[in-house]
Amino acid sequence: MTIHVRYFASLRERFGRAEENLVADGITTVADVWKAVCEGTPIPDQVLCAVNLEYATPETPVHDGDEVAFFPPVTGG
Amino acid sequence: MRVEIRFDPFDPLVELARYQSELGSASTRLGALTLFIGTMRDHNEGEPVEKMNLEHYPGMTERQLWRIVENAQRRWNFDDALVIHRVGDLLPADPIVLVAVWSSHRGTAFEACRAILEDLKHRAPFWKKETLPDRTRWVAQNTGGSDRRFP
Repeated sequence: MTIHVRYFASLRERFGRAEENLVADGITTVADVWKAVCEGTPIPDQVLCAVNLEYATPETPVHDGDEVAFFPPVTGG
Repeated sequence: MRVEIRFDPFDPLVELARYQSELGSASTRLGALTLFIGTMRDHNEGEPVEKMNLEHYPGMTERQLWRIVENAQRRWNFDDALVIHRVGDLLPADPIVLVAVWSSHRGTAFEACRAILEDLKHRAPFWKKETLPDRTRWVAQNTGGSDRRFP
């Protein structure tokens, strides 16, 4: 399966990239995506996540072709 | 109702007048207009801020803003709303956000305007990066804090 992974703000800087395509098997949740791109570590509490432009949790299921995004707390307005 | 992301500086009062004129004859039933204009401060957390960059998540930001406005409309049943939010490079005093709500009565207009703004601050994916005299820093979180996750 292929997951389009995006990073924003401080996470984009930390990862050194804004997006990437994750091609891997055995990925069923957002937490699995994070583990795959972040050397098996759990999602830190302060990291927010989204699947296909909607807020998600680490337990949210992901499917082939989904866009998964990770970002810090939002600070607009 | 209208929600817009702007990549260039905007004048909230000009935008407000333009939108108001588009309301045309519908405006005769309205008894109240409330607005909030957020502008960039030249200081934050005790330090001078020279400029700021606002990043957003194209697609998700618009979707979340629309949901925020529509949820507020369902709850307060106001007549119309206009939300404009800047992204890109900003200087002190530049407008960041405009929230305007038209309604029949002041109570609804005040409450809905405040609720839209607070929801925006907590849920709309924008991020501020400040340039101080000697470094840059990401704003960690908005005043009042952010909930961790939004299922």
